[in-house]
Amino acid sequence: MVSFILRRLGLMVVILFIVSVIIFSLVNVLPGDPALLKLGQEASPEAVEKLRIEMGLNDPLYVQYFNWISNVIQGDLGRSYIDNTAVTEILKQKIPVTLQLTVISFFVAILIALPAGIISASRKGTLWDYSSTLFALSGVSIPPFFLGILLIFIFSIGLGWFPPSGYTPFWQDPMRSLMLMILPAITVGIRLSAELTRMLRSSLLEVLQSEYIRTGYAKGLREKGVIFKHALRNAMIPVITVSGLQVGSFLGGAVITETIFAVPGLGQLVVNSILTRDFPVVQGAVMFMAFAVVFINFTVDMLYSVLDPRIKLSGGAK
Amino acid sequence: MSSKDQLAVKNLHVGFQNKKSFTKIIDGINFSVKKGETLCIVGESGCGKSLTSLSIMGLLPKTGKVSEGEILFDGQDLTGLNEKQMSKIRGNEISMIFQEPMTSLNPVHKIGWQISESIVLHQKLSKKQAEEKAIDMLKLVGIPSPDKRIHQYPHELSGGMRQRVMIAMALSCNPKLLIADEPTTALDVTIQAQILELMNKLKTELHMSIIMITHDLGVVSEIADKVLVMYAGKVVEYSDVKTLFANPQHPYTQGLIESIPKLNEEQDELPIIKGSVPSPDEMPKGCRFSTRCPYATNACFNEVPPMISGEAGHQVHCWKYTECWEIVEKEGLIDAGMRETAAASQLIGS
Repeated sequence: MVSFILRRLGLMVVILFIVSVIIFSLVNVLPGDPALLKLGQEASPEAVEKLRIEMGLNDPLYVQYFNWISNVIQGDLGRSYIDNTAVTEILKQKIPVTLQLTVISFFVAILIALPAGIISASRKGTLWDYSSTLFALSGVSIPPFFLGILLIFIFSIGLGWFPPSGYTPFWQDPMRSLMLMILPAITVGIRLSAELTRMLRSSLLEVLQSEYIRTGYAKGLREKGVIFKHALRNAMIPVITVSGLQVGSFLGGAVITETIFAVPGLGQLVVNSILTRDFPVVQGAVMFMAFAVVFINFTVDMLYSVLDPRIKLSGGAK
Repeated sequence: MSSKDQLAVKNLHVGFQNKKSFTKIIDGINFSVKKGETLCIVGESGCGKSLTSLSIMGLLPKTGKVSEGEILFDGQDLTGLNEKQMSKIRGNEISMIFQEPMTSLNPVHKIGWQISESIVLHQKLSKKQAEEKAIDMLKLVGIPSPDKRIHQYPHELSGGMRQRVMIAMALSCNPKLLIADEPTTALDVTIQAQILELMNKLKTELHMSIIMITHDLGVVSEIADKVLVMYAGKVVEYSDVKTLFANPQHPYTQGLIESIPKLNEEQDELPIIKGSVPSPDEMPKGCRFSTRCPYATNACFNEVPPMISGEAGHQVHCWKYTECWEIVEKEGLIDAGMRETAAASQLIGS
């Protein structure tokens, strides 16, 4: 167990290092000069050149990378080219927003997927099953921009239940913050719930064929007991895998959803920073996303061994 | 049904219902198991022996259906019970163990939990009491240091140990009837013998009846009191175990016994029963074994053989033992009079 964790931590460092190299190179091959963007189109070439030297943009790339990464290791992600605020400060504002959206979306997804998956697997071939399959299919096929607008149209403009867009930090006004988050969370969560429903259904159907399920019935358990005590836990592994991958991508920000609902999250931040060639912000945000994905994968691996005792976490080869 | 019968199956028909048609697999079988008795059901794959046991448990697959007949357990017809009533009997009064101990236990739960589960369910004991009972059960089936084993998962035990756990689980509520569907098939020969010995011992200790499904006549000779030989969904011979081995009557039973390898005789080639079991939709009209029977006549193909009874309840379904066999063999035809004589025939020499 300990050796597993140590090995994974080591691997995490390697992955983050590789990501840092890639993101740094990619950002720097983008056309557009940050110095020019900062000074404006009318600036004289001399002034731009002077600023480039000041910003270190004329140093060889590996020197720039080394300067940046040694600061990152010390917890300093640099300063925004645009307004000179520390990147860590910017991230501190944006991460909670994205985190809140992710958590609520995931909650929405689970709330729908668990019952829908269980019902459609245990009532295979009935109207229940077909409706949930239909739901899953629509959930996967509806593009988020359309669903988002549809939800605003129905629930904000039509019924007036929720405010259409905006963001309030949770600690300022929890109620309003939640009300604002519900529609974006549904927009993001529906898609995941559809995927999880399909995954849970097929995984449950397979598990329900197992001989230990028959043993459960032979013990005198009814269907409910068999599903909840014996089948569900065995069927959860693929569901957890998909959840992990999806939640990882949610933490990268749901750009379209954030734009529609004016949620100031990470996705918007990255897009805007790319447009303004604000390299330190892009690099910092992407590093955080990479960290989040690696961390969630690690958590998922830990969960596997909790769910299924046959999966041993060991330092060596699997 | 005599009062000592624990289970009596009468004229049982079981099959599968699809949208258009009903395919009958088990066609009118009869047998009974007395209290404290072991009945072995023998037959090759696909003859309907597992389906018979699942019918008794009420665990037929969704499309499976008992279309006719009665399953009397303690005098109560199980075919008429609903799911809720049946679940109170399963695991409590009738228990079942399966062929594959490797996959019959849930891999994600500790074995102590799995044994306690049915105890809590049927005997309304607390979790703590159920756990103590689980330890006792593991002790009973001969698992060393049971208080440690209950905290282990199935994958940490060997196949033989897992089958012992299955037996412990099945016996935890003192069932009156244990159905064992090929419980030793997946095990090593030495472990097989241990498990059979254990089942024999527990049967006497706990006064229960056993129905053992098997295709292994070695197992039958170890454990059975009575034997039911099935072929293609029908009973071909039903007898106590000594009579069956000493004096097998039905050509199918004879074939089965002959195909056991013998060490004391020199055999170049092991006798086999030629051909294979016909599929349900191409069953011969008459005797179902007729397509593979060395003695088959025209009559055998077209007329269902009568049941011939002999001493001590020995029953054979075969034209060969009817009084009119000589004529049947010669003419290949049967008339109404012969049917009557046939039905009244007695099995001689059993």
